[in-house]
Amino acid sequence: MQEELHIHLSVNGKAHDCPVSTRKSLADFLRQDLKLTGTHVGCEHGVCGACTVLVNHQTARACLMLAVQADGCEITTVEGLANADQTLSVLQQAFKETHALQCGFCTPGMLTTLTELLAENLNPSEEEVREAITGNLCRCTGYQPIIKAGLLAAERMRALGDEIMTPFGGPSR
Amino acid sequence: MKPARFQYHRPTNLSEALEMVATLENYKILAGGQSLMPMMNFRFAMPDHLIDLNQVGELVGIHEENDRLVVGAMTRQHHIHRSELVAKLCPLVPEAYDQVSHRQIRNRGTLGGSLCHLDPASEQPCFTSALDGNIEVQSRAGSRTISIHDWTQMYMTPALGSDEIMTRVSLQPWLGPHGWCFLEYARRHGDYAIVGVAVMVALDAGQKIERLSISLCGVAPAPLRLSGLESALVGQAGDKRVLPAVHEHIEAIEEIMHDAYNSSIYRRHLTQTLTARALGIAFERALKAH
Repeated sequence: MQEELHIHLSVNGKAHDCPVSTRKSLADFLRQDLKLTGTHVGCEHGVCGACTVLVNHQTARACLMLAVQADGCEITTVEGLANADQTLSVLQQAFKETHALQCGFCTPGMLTTLTELLAENLNPSEEEVREAITGNLCRCTGYQPIIKAGLLAAERMRALGDEIMTPFGGPSR
Repeated sequence: MKPARFQYHRPTNLSEALEMVATLENYKILAGGQSLMPMMNFRFAMPDHLIDLNQVGELVGIHEENDRLVVGAMTRQHHIHRSELVAKLCPLVPEAYDQVSHRQIRNRGTLGGSLCHLDPASEQPCFTSALDGNIEVQSRAGSRTISIHDWTQMYMTPALGSDEIMTRVSLQPWLGPHGWCFLEYARRHGDYAIVGVAVMVALDAGQKIERLSISLCGVAPAPLRLSGLESALVGQAGDKRVLPAVHEHIEAIEEIMHDAYNSSIYRRHLTQTLTARALGIAFERALKAH
């Protein structure tokens, strides 16, 4: 039985080359093997959205992907969203200011999800922000402050124009 | 670890994968994994072998071929949703994908995976039925094509042999001016539809219905194509005068699904409301298309 496979992947810009159990989820791999516990594991069947990470710049549920499927991929977790100098990103700062988190459990998934939205659309309507986070459950905030944070971040990122750097190392589109 | 033990296989081409399905026992094919992985995490599904098709590049792609829109089985739902070719040839499809789950799921989920999983409430078998989709499957012995209307054997069971892999699906775009509409009702955006309806309609110069296609999801174990109603309405005026006939036809559907949350009575009512609404929008679009 092939219990382990060797994988090579990049997580938050850092290369990893390691063996991994073939039935381990990407979420468990990030948390247990790489000790990156910022990715939260809620329902473990794709409903709550807490484990959302970026796989090659696109959101994916880390509980529904096997770690071996991330072989060769570029992964960004919540730990990789801050600016290079470790100050909060525009989106994270907006979350802080608008009280878009209380217990913080859903926050990693909310941030990765909205990072994808803002990388593609710097001028989202409230409706579009709402729709973007339909796949992420939050039991504290009632969502309103999260939507506010998304819109505030978009507004600030528009004002910053080309100065703004996305977590993917380039100017936002 | 949540899933039960399995042996993981990662073929890099179709013939390797076909060899595996021909020889391995109790296997499951892993496409996007957005339904299978939850089932494995719950241990509803406990395959001995997991055959991951995500490295089989030949199963990915969207193109036009002999007036049909061809989509590779492993094409991600997000790519189909945003494809310009799909929007041009089959605008019903992106409208349906607006309602399909969440972005995180569509980034990974595939059309082939959805058509093989065959959830009765899924939008994807429904639009495939409305656009007279053909499903192409392959085994070591060769390939065959199955109409979507013969694809569902029973609840969540496609007509796929144990030695076969679905390779692509082709949809039939409507060439002349026409209208379309996909509507559904779900408790939360992105949830599976309680009821969904796909409508395609073409009107003649006198604004009479020339051609019509209506498919429902969430109503029966398979996407329900209302062909009886379609032929009854062809030649009728393309406006709200057809609605009483629509209402009556849906009233006469013998069996409508029910579960702990939604009764057949409610689903029937929802089907009547949504079909009438979708027809109204499709008629309007068909008029504008002229």
